[in-house]
Amino acid sequence: MSEPLGERIVVHGRVLDEDGKPVPKALVEIWQCNAAGRYHHPGDQHDAPLDPNFYGGGRARADDEGAYQFVTIKPGAYPWKNHHNAWRPAHIHFSLFGPAFATRLITQMYFPNDPLLAFDPIYNSVPEGARSRLQASFDLEATRPEWALAYRFDIVLRGRNAIPMEDEHG
Amino acid sequence: MADGLTPSQTIGPFYWGTLVSSYRADLAPLGVAGERIELALTLRDAEGAIISDGLLEIWQANSHGRYNHPEDRRNLPLDAGFEGFGRASTDATGTARFATVRPGPVPWPHGGMQGGGLQAPHINVSVFARGVLNRLATRLYFDGDPALAGDPVLKLVDPARRGTLLAKRDAEGVWCLPIHIGGAHETVFFDG
Repeated sequence: MSEPLGERIVVHGRVLDEDGKPVPKALVEIWQCNAAGRYHHPGDQHDAPLDPNFYGGGRARADDEGAYQFVTIKPGAYPWKNHHNAWRPAHIHFSLFGPAFATRLITQMYFPNDPLLAFDPIYNSVPEGARSRLQASFDLEATRPEWALAYRFDIVLRGRNAIPMEDEHG
Repeated sequence: MADGLTPSQTIGPFYWGTLVSSYRADLAPLGVAGERIELALTLRDAEGAIISDGLLEIWQANSHGRYNHPEDRRNLPLDAGFEGFGRASTDATGTARFATVRPGPVPWPHGGMQGGGLQAPHINVSVFARGVLNRLATRLYFDGDPALAGDPVLKLVDPARRGTLLAKRDAEGVWCLPIHIGGAHETVFFDG
C-alpha cells in the first residue's frame, strides 16, 4: 500500500479527567474522511474520489501519562445537504473510553481558523463558551521538519462518580 | 456544562469501519459461565421511526455479578474470555443484536446511599445516533425478575415509566427492548 494522498499531519494530545489528571491507557479511536472529503463508507455518496490507500480509521491506547498520537492526513471539507450549500468543516471523529461507563465520550476535533466553523450547526450545537475546546491548536514544537505539520488536541473527560440519576432527557 | 470538559458531538453516519468492525456483538464465547441470552434492542426516534444507523454499546457484570474492571476487586470469579463490553450497530429494522450471559446482581456502588443492598441484574446501554448530540445512557432490566422490586435505581424512576427499561422475552426466547429517543414512549435515560 502506498501513502495516502493529502497533507500529512500529526495529531496528538493528552486524555485528562476533570481534575486535570491523566487518564492512563485510555483507548482512543478516530475516524475521518480522506483529503478529498470522502469517507470510505458505502453510505457516503459525495462526488469526490476515494483514495485506495486511505481507510480513515485508527485506534491507539494512551500511555501512562494519558498521551496519545496519530499520524494521518488532513481531512477535507465536504457538503452534507443539511441545508442549502451546507459544508462540514474539516474534522476528525474521536471516541474515548475513560475509567468508567459515565466517562464514555464521542466527539469531533476541528482545525483552528477554519472559516466553515461559523456556519456549521454541529459545531455550533455546543454552548459558545465551550466550542473552542473542540478546536485543535497548531503545534509547531511537534511538527516533523521536512515531513508533517502537527496539531494538539487535549481531551477532558467527566468524573467517574456521576450518580445514575435521570437526566433532562428522561 | 462543567468547566473544561470536552463537549460531546454526534457520532454521524460513517463510524462503522472503525467502531464496529473490530468488536464482537457476541460477548460470551463457549465456556463462559452463566445462562446464555440473546438481546434485540430496537432504536426509534421521537416520531417512532426506525433508526437504522445507530450504535449501541453494552457493559455488564458477569454471571457472578463481577465487572471485568480493575476497580472491581470483590472476591467473585472473573471469567476468562468475558470482557462484558459489546458494540453493534442497528440494522435496517433498527435492531442491534447481542449474545451474552445473564448478569448477576451487583452492589449499589455509593456506600448504601439508597439504603444499600444489591441492584437487580441489569445491562448498561449507551446509545449513539446521527443527529443526537450527546450519548444517551440507559439500562436493560429483565422483566419478571423478583429482584426488580428492590433495585435502588428503578426506585428513582417514575413507576409509570419503569416499563421502558424492562426487556421482555419473545416467542424465540430473545430478550427484546425497544429504545425510544423522545416521543410519548420515550425511554428513561440516566445521567451517566
